[in-house]
Amino acid sequence: MASIWRYILAGLGLAALLVGIVAVVYLRLPHSVSGPDLSRSKKTSNGLFVASFEPERGVVRQGELQSWLLTLKTAAGAPVEGAAITVSGGMPQHDHGLPTSPQATDYLGEGRYRIDGVKFTMGGWWQLHFAISAAAGSDTVVFNIVL
Amino acid sequence: MRRLTSVTCLLALAALALLGGCGEPQFSDAEKKTIASMALSTLPSLKPDTTNRYADAPAAAALGSTLFFDVGMSRDGTVSCSTCHKIDRQFQDDLPQAVGVGHTNRRTMPLAGVARNPWFFWDGRRDSLWAQALTPLENPLEQAGNRAAFAHYIEKRFGERYERIFGPLPNLSTVPANASPLGTDAEKAAWNVMAAAQQDDVNRVYANIGKAIAAFERSIEPQQTRFDRFAIDLATGAKPEGDAAFSPEEILGLKLFIGKANCVTCHNGPRFTDNAFHNTGVPPVEGLPPDRGRVDAAAQVEADPFNCLGKFRDGDDSACRELRFMVKDGPQIMRAYKTPSLRGAADRPPYMHAGQFSTLEEVVAHYSKAPPSVEGVSEVHPLDLSDRERAALVAFLKTLSD
Repeated sequence: MASIWRYILAGLGLAALLVGIVAVVYLRLPHSVSGPDLSRSKKTSNGLFVASFEPERGVVRQGELQSWLLTLKTAAGAPVEGAAITVSGGMPQHDHGLPTSPQATDYLGEGRYRIDGVKFTMGGWWQLHFAISAAAGSDTVVFNIVL
Repeated sequence: MRRLTSVTCLLALAALALLGGCGEPQFSDAEKKTIASMALSTLPSLKPDTTNRYADAPAAAALGSTLFFDVGMSRDGTVSCSTCHKIDRQFQDDLPQAVGVGHTNRRTMPLAGVARNPWFFWDGRRDSLWAQALTPLENPLEQAGNRAAFAHYIEKRFGERYERIFGPLPNLSTVPANASPLGTDAEKAAWNVMAAAQQDDVNRVYANIGKAIAAFERSIEPQQTRFDRFAIDLATGAKPEGDAAFSPEEILGLKLFIGKANCVTCHNGPRFTDNAFHNTGVPPVEGLPPDRGRVDAAAQVEADPFNCLGKFRDGDDSACRELRFMVKDGPQIMRAYKTPSLRGAADRPPYMHAGQFSTLEEVVAHYSKAPPSVEGVSEVHPLDLSDRERAALVAFLKTLSD
């Protein structure tokens, strides 16, 4: 009788240990989450332009009103001048828009446009949508920013 | 038999402890980073306010403090800024809605760290501390005065002090005793017949009153609490001792705050606010006038002659980017209100923009349930927190007051 209990006990102990090891290994595995495309340079939706979007001072700071640079080139690499740009966006996971209304305020030459009034008030996944109209035509591009 | 059972139980418990504990630290690295970002020690020093060149002038702050506590700064001589912003009550009044000359429709906001706000009032209808200070002075439900009367009062009571700071007072001898573009019909009529230059003179004195009060208010800053001591110890790897040590309930509350309960999404940084406006489905108060929050305030701040783009601003308009790039309309600012700081909140019920909730338990229950908004769309989603989790959040919030 006692020996049966001993086996059950040993079995239980082993099972618990196994579960523990599996759980620890699982929890420590780097989970590959397929997040949004975070590239800062890409072709616009219809391939009219190549757009790059970078914070003007190099770093993204949460809660600060910042200016960014949107650089527009044609597919052939020529700077896009005289573009009309409108900015919108928000947080797709929170169903809300941007806390500010960023605008293209200055043309800095060589296809570079200053987008001022960008502010990310919270951590998480943000999107900025640009509608671009220039001599070559109109196109859109979306940049994802994760804080 | 019984012995074997108890041995089995012990072994099972040990296995569970191994599973649960496993030498895991109390907080993950990501959690530690978030906690560190909320510590008061990360609060940067107060930036200069270039729109108010007297912001850091001690004489202006001294005059501002006199005016802040002076009941002479009201229509009937009974109300000052400090009537609602009580110095011994975190500069608020413990009432669901402020009571000045009349009964207002909004909760008095505390003032710790107020100079760091980009927007003022619950709905952000002013864009600088000095423009904010002017608004209750003429609100018929608050101080109920008018700018011509304030200019005369300053000349009579504080003329010398005023002139030492702001330079010579204008000639006010022909300015009516009572006149304002916002006052009673008689006051408006009196204002409208004043020459533009005279209106400017009065507006200039009036703006300077706001700038003096703002200079005083800049000195009101948040104080370190138990949470900050805990956060510093956690960041430096020291073992929190004495009151810096958190109870298991407070630790659970903190983990929920920065995790499952998503509080830190908006209540972020060392002031526990994102300085933005959100509709969180807080219900209106019966009997109060309709209140649409930010969506109406955007037009008000844009029309305010004392806003950053107006002629009473000092410095250049590079300070006006918040106003310039503000969201002016759209469904997302319908019934949206400013995220309040949570520092000291546990000691100042009731809560929300019109004192809708009388306890922190009610506030947490509201966010856990996340009812839809009566107008616009609430940004919060149901959390279904357990009783234990809600109590833990409240326990954590209290560490921001002790």
